[in-house]
Amino acid sequence: MSSGMLRQMRPTLVYALLGIVFMFAAPHVLQLFTIINLTTAIALAILALSLALIWGYGGILCFGQVAFFGLGAYVYTISAINIGGSTWAILIAVLLTSAFAAALGYFIFFGRVSDVYLGVITLTVTLIFFSLIRRTSGPEYKIGKALLGGFNGVSSPPINLPWDARTFLFPEQVFYVAMAALILCYVFAGWLVNTKFGRVCVSIRENELRSELLGYDVRLYKLGIFTIGAGIAAVGGVMFCNGVGRITPDVFNLYNAALTIIWVIVGGRGTLIGPAGATFALFYLTSALGGQSVLNNNLVLGVILIVFVLLVPKGVAPTVIDWVNRRRRKRPVRSRRRRRSRAEDAG
Amino acid sequence: MTRQRGEVVVETRDLCMHFGGVRAVDQVDFTLFDRELRCLIGPNGAGKSTFFKCLTGQLTPTSGDVIIRGQEMTGAEPFEVASLGVGIKTQVPNVFDGLTVEENIWLSARRWHGESRARSLTAETIERLRLGDIRRTLVGQLAHGQRQWVELGMVVAAEPWLVLLDEPAAGMTHEETYRTVELIEEINKTSALIVVEHDMQFIRMISRTVTLFHEGRILMQDTMEAISADPRAREVYLGHRA
Ligand SMILES: Nc1ncnc2c1ncn2[C@@H]1O[C@H](COP(=O)(O)OP(=O)(O)OP(=O)(O)O)[C@@H](O)[C@H]1O
Ligand SMILES: [Mg+2]
Repeated sequence: MSSGMLRQMRPTLVYALLGIVFMFAAPHVLQLFTIINLTTAIALAILALSLALIWGYGGILCFGQVAFFGLGAYVYTISAINIGGSTWAILIAVLLTSAFAAALGYFIFFGRVSDVYLGVITLTVTLIFFSLIRRTSGPEYKIGKALLGGFNGVSSPPINLPWDARTFLFPEQVFYVAMAALILCYVFAGWLVNTKFGRVCVSIRENELRSELLGYDVRLYKLGIFTIGAGIAAVGGVMFCNGVGRITPDVFNLYNAALTIIWVIVGGRGTLIGPAGATFALFYLTSALGGQSVLNNNLVLGVILIVFVLLVPKGVAPTVIDWVNRRRRKRPVRSRRRRRSRAEDAG
Repeated sequence: MTRQRGEVVVETRDLCMHFGGVRAVDQVDFTLFDRELRCLIGPNGAGKSTFFKCLTGQLTPTSGDVIIRGQEMTGAEPFEVASLGVGIKTQVPNVFDGLTVEENIWLSARRWHGESRARSLTAETIERLRLGDIRRTLVGQLAHGQRQWVELGMVVAAEPWLVLLDEPAAGMTHEETYRTVELIEEINKTSALIVVEHDMQFIRMISRTVTLFHEGRILMQDTMEAISADPRAREVYLGHRA
């Protein structure tokens, strides 16, 4: 890694370090119930991270990011049941989901489908999964040994130690795995956006024609980041069905598709930490609201979305970063020199 | 007409680009030689930009051929044209507004070179175009003329052998225009150029062979002096300008 890359990645590594501290501290401080709940939130944060990457950096507004998340969960569950172990199942889930995204993306990007239709197509794919899988409730719908179970879903075998199918992880240990997965995905994404590939993707977000006129095949870059994003979403899906213990077609519903976008809008496009953080905040807000009946959950989320779009259009993280930069600029010249040279933030 | 040095680098044969009933480009046969500097002029709507877009792959011609250095490029994607080593500046400035000047130029240099060469080439280009003071500024915050310079910087940083510029001096101050002429002459030492321009003073400063477009066709192709003296040319174009 070059020194320039290290400097660009400093905020990413700082957040990753905080994540590691949290990962080891949390099980000592929090109750098991909270830890299990957290695992679900972590899985959703990985999903948010994947959309933050492809939308915030690649400029691809995918309305159906949750499709890759759900597909990852289903492929994991079905493979794990059939294979009788999780190691291969995780790999298959990530690879198959990425392959599916690559095939879908090929038609979208090489067909030069416009941005609006990209949203429509990805959302439609999500809803097709939703209604197809809901209809698989009979005993005839099975893949190998795994019954699909229609709207009741399938229960997911827990993760076991690598290559040792008899040693299952306890919920507390699954928390470690999920947190590690989140941190790894976060650092990977933070690294990716600072590579040549990532910087070209950002340039495509800024001005597709200009990137093309510089000689970059924008279709390939978009396909690349879309596929990688789907793979990350699949990792989230694997963690999700482990946290919850089962996967149902509800994962593909419109509510979840919209929620993913809300996390990124609230957290802020063009950062990775923002959407991941916003996911935790909104997850706990909705669980807190779930305990009372005065305010409707969806109503609150709707209001939050409107408030953000109107008042904090950039989202939390970019607004905070702007504010910090502005304060820093007021300081004397000596410290100013160390300001980062590029516009986008690796955070 | 000055027939120059060797090889034909750009050629169109019977090139047509029609939009419904509008014949924006009509049966254009055009030839550019290596290291040549050619100006395209013509009144508004003459079809200069449309012709330009057919060359750069932004438009797929209705019929006819575009040949660049012997390769059939009709209907190629813009990145394929650029990947031949062609530097392109569009009429509407196309820059990365949300990125810094430095990042804009680096993205161009990095297309052709590895990490370290791209970095040094970026630094050289910034110095050459005197963008040093604004290298950390977001391009979206710059004045129009400066954004044009950043775009020229991107073209230069790619070290192209063929440069296509659509109205490079539009919206520039007098001083900036003068420097653009200098830059074009400098580029021309190593590359062939096609420059679309409105500004007659600008054309006179560069003044090589000029191709006059009118209603989608090439009306004349000659030196600026000859075109200025021609009654037909004066009527369609020069009469209203210069
Ligand atoms: N996409 C399009 N669809 C329909 N008509 C178009 C399109 N692009 C250009 N035209 C028409 O083609 C003709 C040539 O336009 P073009 O932009 O090539 O002119 P130009 O010579 O570049 O003019 P200017 O000096 O104003 O830039 C015009 O009549 C224009 O209206
Ligand atoms: Mg034009």
